[in-house]
Amino acid sequence: MADQSAAGRTRRQIYEDRLRRRSLIIAGSSTTIVVLAVLFLVPMAPGWEKVQKSFFNWDVFAKTFPGLLEAFMLDVAIFAWCAPLIAILGLLVALARDVRSPALFPLRILGAAYTDIFRGVPVILTVYLIGFGIPGLGLPRPWNSPYIWGSLALILTYSAYVAEIFRSGIESVHQSQRSAAESLGLSESDTIRFVILPQAIRRVIPAQMNMLIALQKDVALLSFIGPVEIFRQAGVYKSLLANFTPYVGAAVIFLAVTIPATRYADYLLAKQNRERS
Amino acid sequence: MTKLSLRDVVKRFGSNTVCDGISLDVAEGEMVCLIGASGAGKSTLLRCINLLEPIEDGEIFLDGEDISIPGLDPMPVRRRIGMVFQSYNLFPHMTAIENVMLAPRRVYKKSRQELRPEVEALFEKFGLADRMEHYPDQLSGGQQQRVAIVRALAMKPEVMLFDEITAALDPQLVGEVLEVLRLLKDSGMTMMLATHEMGFAREAADKVCFLKDGRIVEEGPPSVLFENPTDPQTREFLARVL
Ligand SMILES: Nc1ncnc2c1ncn2[C@@H]1O[C@H](COP(=O)(O)OP(=O)(O)O)[C@@H](O)[C@H]1O
Ligand SMILES: [Mg+2]
Repeated sequence: MADQSAAGRTRRQIYEDRLRRRSLIIAGSSTTIVVLAVLFLVPMAPGWEKVQKSFFNWDVFAKTFPGLLEAFMLDVAIFAWCAPLIAILGLLVALARDVRSPALFPLRILGAAYTDIFRGVPVILTVYLIGFGIPGLGLPRPWNSPYIWGSLALILTYSAYVAEIFRSGIESVHQSQRSAAESLGLSESDTIRFVILPQAIRRVIPAQMNMLIALQKDVALLSFIGPVEIFRQAGVYKSLLANFTPYVGAAVIFLAVTIPATRYADYLLAKQNRERS
Repeated sequence: MTKLSLRDVVKRFGSNTVCDGISLDVAEGEMVCLIGASGAGKSTLLRCINLLEPIEDGEIFLDGEDISIPGLDPMPVRRRIGMVFQSYNLFPHMTAIENVMLAPRRVYKKSRQELRPEVEALFEKFGLADRMEHYPDQLSGGQQQRVAIVRALAMKPEVMLFDEITAALDPQLVGEVLEVLRLLKDSGMTMMLATHEMGFAREAADKVCFLKDGRIVEEGPPSVLFENPTDPQTREFLARVL
């Protein structure tokens, strides 16, 4: 009691406050030093002048940014129709890999083969093979659209990853939950639907958020097979203006979306870890 | 009248014989306690009765009907036999009342409104009336275990199996759960329980079975088994735990 200050804080709290203040000062000054060093040293590099002109040209940035933003809406649209389909297909594949009935054994093998194949091939290859290959069959409009087949390539690839994440979630639900459900006379499908899946899905939300963020970026791969989305639009501007700044503009737009989303996913994960401990 | 009857039940996990020819009769309204060291096979035996584990040999009869026929659909049997576990196993993403109503809703196709009165009465009866809308992690261990009992009872089982349901509880919470068991026994429920609560078994059980290495070494009314055990292994076990 004798050690309490006027503010009513204990010795320990005063000590911790001092520590916190000290680490704030250290973190602040070291950050300042690094930023200053970058600001001063990078311009001193021999090629800086040229790099600045071709990558960080403000006029070009301001001129092309609205166009890039508009092209980005196509990325958003492709993302928006792919994401729910990926969630559904991923969940179905995860469930198919866990079925126990022998009649459905082929489904299990199919599920396993599916995840192995699509996780084993680089996304860009899948986009090329499906995005060029299938329209190459000479299908009539609109079935020769690169949007459809490019999206399908993304959906197939991402569903394979998403399925594995769902499966890890399903397996993380303790066996005793299944016992409890079965002992009540619930059917296998009701057990999965009402007991296992709700818990499994909740647990993998942060991991699936990260898949969404990766998908958002990989939509740009479709530019290789035709759609003029942001990456391709930036390429058009680059050729037009002989300047790389539009690529920087595109990166800025991607970051504006992915950084908050990443932070949010991390926050969810941290919250979940706190709750579980 | 015999409600539940085991005949030479054998259960193996690989080469490990966990139930080694167990025969036992449980009369209607009787409470049978299984005692024995950990690893004796008590949990496994209860799981076999509820058809959570298939048995290798022997038969299990419920009301004289063989429920252990290989290939028999286990669902209708499980509805008639309730089971409560040591670790409660409530569904953490549902409130207490949702936990209780899930199985009757899905299995008996009853609506929440239909179920509500009888479920509320059960909560009331076991002193949980103000806990219905709580999630499991907002309940004490004793409350969770009582909700788990209510959940099993909501299926209107004819037999209840309890697997060391007080073993995970703080000592001061054991009493409230044992009280529920007494209440159930008084209402005529046929019950089988694996337990370490020797005092409770001695006072409340109609029959006590001492299990060792998957066999019933000795069985009898608690007065005999606790006061006058004939088998030296029973005596040795009781000397250790009493
Ligand atoms: N699912 C299982 N797979 C393999 N062995 C098991 C399994 N469940 C129980 N056992 C084994 O069966 C034996 C009896 O276990 P258990 O029935 O839990 O005994 P008790 O409940 O009396 O402590 C133990 O040796 C245990 O390792
Ligand atoms: Mg046990």
